[in-house]
Amino acid sequence: MLEIKNLHAKAGESDILRGLDLTVSAGEVHAIMGPNGSGKSTLAHVLAGRPGYTVTAGEVIYKGKDLLGLAPEDRAREGVFLAFQYPVEIPGVSNVYFLKAATNAVRKHRGLPELDALDFLSLVKEKAKIVDLDEELVKRSVNEGFSGGEKKRNEIFQMAVLEPALAILDETDSGLDIDALRIVAEGVNRLRGPERAMIVVTHYQRLLNYIVPDFVHVLVDGRIVRSGGKEMALELEERGYAWLEKEPAAAAGR
Amino acid sequence: MTAIAEERDAYRASFERFAAAHAGSDPAWLRERRTAAMARFVEKGLPTARDEAWRHTPVAPLARPRFDPADPAARPPADALDRLLREGFRGSRLVFVNGRFSADLSSPGRAEAGIEVASLRELLRAQPDRVEPWLGRVCAGQVSVFADLNAAFAEDGAVVIVAPGQVVREPVLVAHLSAGNGNPSVSYPRSLVVARPGSECRVVETFTSPNGSSSLVNAVTEVVVEEGARVDHYKLQQEGEDQLHVAALAARLARDARLFDHSLALGAALSRNDIDVRFDGEGGECALHGLFVLDGRRVADTHSRIDHARPHCSSREHYRGIVDGQARGIFNGLVVVRPGAQKTDAFQMNQNLLLSRQALVHSTPQLQILADDVKCKHGSTTGQLDPAALFYLRSRGLSEPAARSLLTWAFASDIVRKMDVEPLRRIVERHLQAHLPGVSSLAEAVS
Repeated sequence: MLEIKNLHAKAGESDILRGLDLTVSAGEVHAIMGPNGSGKSTLAHVLAGRPGYTVTAGEVIYKGKDLLGLAPEDRAREGVFLAFQYPVEIPGVSNVYFLKAATNAVRKHRGLPELDALDFLSLVKEKAKIVDLDEELVKRSVNEGFSGGEKKRNEIFQMAVLEPALAILDETDSGLDIDALRIVAEGVNRLRGPERAMIVVTHYQRLLNYIVPDFVHVLVDGRIVRSGGKEMALELEERGYAWLEKEPAAAAGR
Repeated sequence: MTAIAEERDAYRASFERFAAAHAGSDPAWLRERRTAAMARFVEKGLPTARDEAWRHTPVAPLARPRFDPADPAARPPADALDRLLREGFRGSRLVFVNGRFSADLSSPGRAEAGIEVASLRELLRAQPDRVEPWLGRVCAGQVSVFADLNAAFAEDGAVVIVAPGQVVREPVLVAHLSAGNGNPSVSYPRSLVVARPGSECRVVETFTSPNGSSSLVNAVTEVVVEEGARVDHYKLQQEGEDQLHVAALAARLARDARLFDHSLALGAALSRNDIDVRFDGEGGECALHGLFVLDGRRVADTHSRIDHARPHCSSREHYRGIVDGQARGIFNGLVVVRPGAQKTDAFQMNQNLLLSRQALVHSTPQLQILADDVKCKHGSTTGQLDPAALFYLRSRGLSEPAARSLLTWAFASDIVRKMDVEPLRRIVERHLQAHLPGVSSLAEAVS
């Protein structure tokens, strides 16, 4: 589904990604771990198309297409979803309207009929349950006045509604207490499926107790220096990242 | 300077002809007030770019030596009124064409009990002294020379008087339609709203004209809110792209009186609003809300002055501007707290959104505090659409234009939602819908 080859990218003026390789197939969950500043969030943003990042070398092939050549909205319509580390508060814009507009933009792109208000509302009711999101929040302004946990649940709720093929979760666990983490992780797990791939970016192993990955990759200095199975996360938890930072890039991209 | 003297002489000569023609019909008190207003104008003259209050406003188009009186027999476009009515105004309405009452288009009779809704011209004829206690006494030289010109020349406008204790639910529509023939002409609508003690009413004034009628509307609205009364005043300015619009709103609030003013500036080449509110009694409350939406080379200017002349009053002012193209917005808000006006609570905020590199806003909130036990705050921000919010929306599949439209509308809606007159909200939505591609329903889009 996704093939990242020798990806080099800058955030502003600084080189962050320095030759990253990663292959993700449908049905797989890949965890990207690494110390602060290793390029985890840059990878997530580059894949989603956030302005301010420049790809200087390499390519990203998504479903056979050049992902980097697509505008952010076209990536979303093609099934790429980024759950933000810091979801943006948008005063005045109704959550439910925004999500309906997004859903219909995606459906239109896929050649599906647009949902009317009634159909969409029942979809919202169904999906809000997945992350135990209060329906009142759905009617409010996008993320405005939401607690940290509510914002993250709103991200997963949006993901549930939009049903992406490739979901990228950027530090979805940051700032969550254990109960909120469990709810969010459970929501994510319910969205796992043979057609859907996930990239879970996290600094902590804790999240991976709840979202058990198929593969774990360690990102150091903009490169994947080690890849392994889920048990590697535990090893990292025990030993930290320091020992890997000294190793040259090895066994990258699984 | 010669040009200015010339304009002054032209206005003076024009006034002499006007006064002679009205000598037989106007009551003496009105003749006196007209003459006094003209004297103020002659003394002050038209503003120039050197006047502080006009520093950022291109005053030249307003200072043309001659505007002919607008033709009161002109016919506005056939659908001009329907475009307002079909949004659902159901109360009584007064319609003015080029400043002159149109009996055919109006239906003042549908007013509820306890409220008088009339044309000023007709009222002066039928009961010459009915408006004497108020007309020209609220807006009496303190606002601008254009208001003085209006006081000198105004012949017609809306009069709304609500009897003590009456609560009128249905908004009164005062529709000012302009119909020009392309020649520079001027009209002077003058309206008066009086809410007697304990009464409540809502008045919606609209100013609309087709593109291509390049005339000057010089309007004045006086609002008298007596003890414990409440007035909600709404103004929609949606004039054609060549139109010049200068208006003053002057209000006096008695003890425990409340005024809620909402102003929408969506059209005209140049529009200037002067707002002057004075608390004459304790416990008064006022809110001034405004939105200007400008594109092309339009200019919209709001100068407001809220005079806390008495203690224990509160004022809220919130203006937002959306400026695109090479347009220019000007906001100048002054809050004066006089000596002894203790426990004043004043809040003032101006926020502007610039949609292009050439768009410009001059924002000057000012506090002048001469009492020591008060709570006053003000602020001003001017910026562009938040790139983080834009990306967030696009990352979910919204196109860039749709994302920009949605954020722009959300910015505007903060002011629009405060307007408690649904037909007016629909007019704004319709106006913005035309300028904001990619949002299927503005009404649904905001929370």
